[in-house]
Parts: sequence; C-alpha cells; structure tokens
Amino acid sequence: MSGREQQQPSVRRASNMHAVRLLFVTAAMFGFGFALVPMYNMLCDALGINGKIELKAADAAPVDVDPNRTVTVEFVTTVNGGRNWEFHPDQPSIEVHPGKLYTVTFFARNTEDHDLVAQAVPNIAPWEAAKHLKKTECFCFNQQPFKAGEAKDMPVVFMLDPELPPDVDRVTLSYTFFDVSDIAMKPN
Amino acid sequence: MAHAHDAHAHHDDHHHGPDKGIMRWIKTTNHKDLGTLYLFFAFTMFFIGGLMSLVIRAELFHPGLQFVQPEFFNQMTTMHALVMIFGGVMPGFVGLANWMVPMMIGCSDLALPRVNNWGFWILPFAFAMLIGTLFMDGGAPAGGWTMYPPLVLQTGNAFPFLIFAVHLMGISSITGAINVVVTILNMRAPGMTLLKMPLFVWTWLITAYLLIAVMPVLAGAVTMLLTDKYFGTSFFTAAGGGDPVMFQHIFWFFGHPEVYIMILPAFGIVSTIIPTFARKSLFGYDSMVYASASIAFLSFIVWAHHMFTVGMPLAGELFFMFATMLIAVPTGVKVFNWVATMWKGSMTFETPMLFSIAFVFLFTIGGFSGLMLAMTPVDFQYHDTYFVVAHFHYVLVPGAVFSIIAAVYYWIPKWTGRMYNEFWGKVHFWLSAVFINLTFFPQHFAGLAGMQRRVPDYAVQFTDFNVISTIGAFGFFVAQFIFIFNMLSSCFGWFGRKQGLPDRVWEGAHGLEWTVASPAPYHTFEDPPQFSDSEGTAIHDEAVAKA
Ligand code: HEM
Ligand SMILES: [Cu+2]
Repeated sequence: MSGREQQQPSVRRASNMHAVRLLFVTAAMFGFGFALVPMYNMLCDALGINGKIELKAADAAPVDVDPNRTVTVEFVTTVNGGRNWEFHPDQPSIEVHPGKLYTVTFFARNTEDHDLVAQAVPNIAPWEAAKHLKKTECFCFNQQPFKAGEAKDMPVVFMLDPELPPDVDRVTLSYTFFDVSDIAMKPN
Repeated sequence: MAHAHDAHAHHDDHHHGPDKGIMRWIKTTNHKDLGTLYLFFAFTMFFIGGLMSLVIRAELFHPGLQFVQPEFFNQMTTMHALVMIFGGVMPGFVGLANWMVPMMIGCSDLALPRVNNWGFWILPFAFAMLIGTLFMDGGAPAGGWTMYPPLVLQTGNAFPFLIFAVHLMGISSITGAINVVVTILNMRAPGMTLLKMPLFVWTWLITAYLLIAVMPVLAGAVTMLLTDKYFGTSFFTAAGGGDPVMFQHIFWFFGHPEVYIMILPAFGIVSTIIPTFARKSLFGYDSMVYASASIAFLSFIVWAHHMFTVGMPLAGELFFMFATMLIAVPTGVKVFNWVATMWKGSMTFETPMLFSIAFVFLFTIGGFSGLMLAMTPVDFQYHDTYFVVAHFHYVLVPGAVFSIIAAVYYWIPKWTGRMYNEFWGKVHFWLSAVFINLTFFPQHFAGLAGMQRRVPDYAVQFTDFNVISTIGAFGFFVAQFIFIFNMLSSCFGWFGRKQGLPDRVWEGAHGLEWTVASPAPYHTFEDPPQFSDSEGTAIHDEAVAKA
C-alpha cells in the first residue's frame, strides 16, 4: 500500500484510468475470441475452402454434360466414437461425367439395442471440389432416426459441375455418422 | 500482522519493515514480496513439472511399456506442459517483473498493488485445482496441452477443473500484465523517456500487451469447449454443424503469441546481462526495441504454421510459411546485436554471463529448427514428431528457463545482499549445459527418423536416442538442486554467507536498480530519483556516441 500512498494524486488517477481502459481491451478481446467463429465461417464460405458442403439441396439445373471427361468419385464412411453400427456405401466408387446427375446409395443399420438419432456430416477432398459437388438429395440433409436394429438404404443424388478444376480427377466424399440423440431435433 | 490495516490510515507504515509471520506474505502488496512469492511459486512448479517429465523420460528409456499405463503417460505429457508453461515460465517472468520493473524505472511499487497481491494468490488455487485432477475419477486431462477437441471433450471429471484452472491462470496473467503496462507508462522516474528504458522493461511492456491481447482469446476458446461439453452448443462439434479445426485456429491465435510471451522477457534479460559482463553498452539498442515490437506484431499472423497438415489451401500455406520465416529477420537482428555487444568487449564469465551466452547459442539452434518447421512441405514430415519436441524445448529450456536462471544469479545479490557461490554456480552451469543438450539434441534425430511425439512406446530403432535423452533429463534435474541450494543459501545466509556488498554489485552493471543499497531496502524510490545522464548513456549506445 505504501507505494500507492506515495503516488501523486494525478499519477494515481491516470493509472486507474489506464487500468480501466485496459480492462475494456481485455473484455473486447474475450468477445473477439467468440467473434472469430463467425469470421472463420464467413471466410470459409466465401472462399469455399473448408471441404464443407451446404447441408441443403442444391438446384442442379441440367447443364452440358461433358462426356469426354471422367472423374472418379470415392465414398468413405466412418462412425464417430468407435460405435460399431453398420454404415457403408453400396459402391466404393463410381466414374462420373461432370454435369450429369447420379444416384448412389448408402446402407446403415443400428446394431444397438435402443433407438437413436444419427446425423451424417459430409466432407470433401480435395477442398477445391467442395463447391462443385452439387447434391439434390442426401440423407445428410436431415437427422436420421433409427429404431433399435433398424436398417436403411439411403440415397444420395449428386452431380459434379463442369467448372470442377481440370486437374481434379478424383474426388473423395466422406460421411461421418454422429449419434445426436442427446441434442436431436434442435436446429443447429 | 495482528493489527488490521486500514488501507488509507497507515501513512508512516512504509518507514517500517514488513509485517512478521505468515500474514506478511498473504496480505503483502509490496512488489518485492510478491516478486519473491512468484519466484518461489514458479520454482515449485518447475519442480513438480520436472518430476512429471521424469516419469515421461523413464517410460521412454526403453521401448515397450515399463512403468506406467498409456493413459497415465498421456496425463503426464499434458500436465507437464500446462504446469511448466502456466505455472513455471510465466509466473517466473512475472516475479522478475515484480522485483525489477519498479526498481529499474525508479518508482516505489507497481501501480496497482492490491491487484498484484490478488493476481498472485489466484495461482496456488488454480494449480491446486489443476494438479488435484490427478486424483480424480478418470485421471487428469490427457488430451495434450493444446486441448484439441473432440479428444479433450472425452476428459473425465477433470474437464471442468481444467477449464476453470485455465480461466484462473488467465485472470492472473491479465491482472499482472495490466499492472505492468500501467506502471511503466505512468510511473517512470523523471528523465527516463521511453527510449531510455532498460530493455527488460521494454520487452516486458510488449509482453504485457501480448498477454492482454491473447489470454482473453484462450479464455474464450476454453469456454466454448465447456459449453460444447455441457450445454449442447456446437462450436467445435461436427455433429451439430461445428468444426473441430476451428478450435485449432482460435487456440493458435493465442498459442503463437504465447510462445513469444515466454521468450520476449528472456530477450530483455540477456540484453541486460551481456552488456554488464562485456563492459560495453548494448549494441543497437533502438534496433532491439523495434525488433521486439515487430516480433510481437508478426506473432499474430503466423498461427497456422502449427496446422499446416489440416488441409489448408495452398495460398494459405504459402502465406503462413513466408510470414513465419519473416520472424527470423528481427530474431536474427537480436542475435547479431548480442554477438556484437560481446565483440571486443572486456568479457568475464561469471555464472549469469555463462547462462546468457548459452542462451544466445542454444536459443539460436531452436530458432533454426523453427525455420525448418516453417517450411510447409517439410513440416508434413516433421509435424507431430520428436523434431517438434526438440525445437520447442531448445527455445524454452536453454531459452526461457536459462534466462530465468541467469536473472536470478544476476540479481540475487541485490535482492538478498549476499553473493551466491561462484564455484557452485559454474558447476551448475556446466552440468546444465551438458545435460540439456544430451536431453534434447538426440530428439532431433529421433524425430527426423519418424518417432512421433506423445507416445509411451516406440519402435526399437529409436532406442539409442531415447536412452541418451533420458540420461540427460535425469542429470539435468539433479543438477538443478545445486542451484536451489546456492540460491537458498544467499536468501537465508547459510554456510556463513555474509551481507555487505556494494550498491553496484557488478562493476559493469548500469541502471537505477544498482543505485540502491544491497540488499535492496523494503521500500525503494519513495521519492522519484533523477535518472542521471551517465546511467542513461550506459544503457543506450546511441547516446554514448552523441555524448
Ligand atoms: C524463428 C522463430 C521460430 C519459428 C520459425 C518457429 C516455428 C515453429 C513451427 C513451424 C512450429 C510447428 C511445428 C509443428 O507442429 O509441425 C513450432 C512449434 C512450436 N514452437 Fe516454434 N518457432 C519459432 C520460435 C519459437 C519460440 C521462441 C518458442 C517459445 C519460446 C517456440 C515454441 C514452440 C512450441 C511450444 C511449439 C509446439 C507447440 C505444440 O505443438 O505443442 N517457437 N514452431
Ligand atoms: Cu508458432
């Protein structure tokens, strides 16, 4: 305390004001940490750099099919958290022509003895392909309820648009299934 | 201690010494007392964190599992890092700032002494909470000090304690930082302009700004982890539309400035010690200040070099690669300035000088391995290997930790009025220098050959490197007791150590702290000193040239 007593009142007032200003900076930076979340999301959306695909149907207006170009689309499935549900694509990969719509199916079975709600989260590699993969129908658009033991065949209808960068000849579409029973039906 | 202090009614109190007994330490608002407390706390944490690292090294002595289960091993790597960073290095530097900043700028105490007391006493609670998690169901946090989700969300009962401990450490650092900024900018002795401040004061000013800018971001990030786990938010949970990589971006926005928080005060310390024992003023004072400031600025735009492998666009990888390499320029300026300060100096090699020279040499090795890691294409090979472990231990142990040790050797005669034992100081230095290199140099090779970090077991071809590393680690740990005893002897006058040193303990030392008695009285500079031209010119080389 003694040091403080010794200070001239003017220095003391200036110091206190300064400390308060810095506290505001601290609070602002705390807010900034949270603001980074929408900022990153906007940046990724604008640049399409996250391998994320929109979780809603794209209007894939028919375009000129490019029959001379063939791209391999591979399908990968994972179940989050080491659960042993069955979840696999009915075909490991297909050859597609950009501009044409294709339908593929995925099989899933809830091997647990209780009902659950699952949500599939898609991701695309390479990331450049993400904004060129247009899906008109996908089981990932909605949460999927499963009864105990229930099995489903789930379709995906998609097309690669012809703007896909020319050096991309192989696209991997991956789905991870999450158990969202706890947070089910809440809009994210 | 028994009489209740009225904060405003003990005007003549400062002519007395400190209170007696334990209450002195609990209630103290004196910057020297708090500096001492911070330093004792930091070295206690170095000891605990050191024991954890010995568990790690013992397990890695041979391939296969010998002593501990993988789960416990992971708790050790996580806790070792958290304890060393937030409990050892950062409070160590805050302790030095407490002791030295007021004495260097010629004011009687920090600007907000109550806040200072509070900032310190949060820490024992934070670390009791953190270390207490070792005894909980599910054990301590084991997902790495970087707390990446989704892994960290699987932590057991320890999870909320981890988060709150981080919050408390953050509050403590921020209060300390605000105090330092306010003190330096409002309370300098007349005549001490900004560009005449000792470099330790400068680097701490910049460090304090970094702390104010990024500790709240860390607090935000861990708060988001907390709500993701308990309140159903999905900031980082993919199932709800969040993104785990987002956490890495936010964490490293804090994390890279954090590594400079741990090294800038060290730059200040060696910039103080080397001129003293080279008996020359620091070469390129202005460039040192500008280099520190540019390092601090650049540290905000390089964070993604920790995440080259997450799948960033090429343009992003290039940007972060070049920005990172840019940091080597101001860092190089500093290293050249230290060397130029020694050039043609009348050097002597007392223990603080030995540690400072070792700092320059070994920190630079860490900087070079950093440059290698900064190259995106090769980082794909090095990332998450022991090469990274070697890199950051070179900058943190013979870097930050050596600088703290050097600072304690350098200033302890001023603090206690008793010289440390030079012979044992030198023994301590050489053992430390040898063992620290034995510990960490082989890890470069193990990493380049493909040994991953954070694993309790490894392929047999890495055995030799790990054996050497473990021997070095145990040797280094044991050698530190020489230091502890040497310093405690100066504190308590063991082995018949007598007080009675001149004010200017080192004849080549300059700055206001050397104009007060040794040991420094409980209250110094109650009346602001005049910062004399001779003291100033000794600190600032340009002024010498003009004089
Ligand atoms: C020339 C200066 C430096 C450069 C170019 C540099 C570069 C890097 C890079 C690229 C990485 C990431 C490696 C990877 O994970 O693959 C890294 C990791 C790290 N660096 Fe540095 N660094 C520098 C200086 C420092 C300093 C001064 C410190 C601390 C005092 C430091 C502490 C760390 C730490 C703690 C990590 C590892 C973090 C973790 O993953 O746990 N670095 N550095
Ligand atoms: Cu970094």
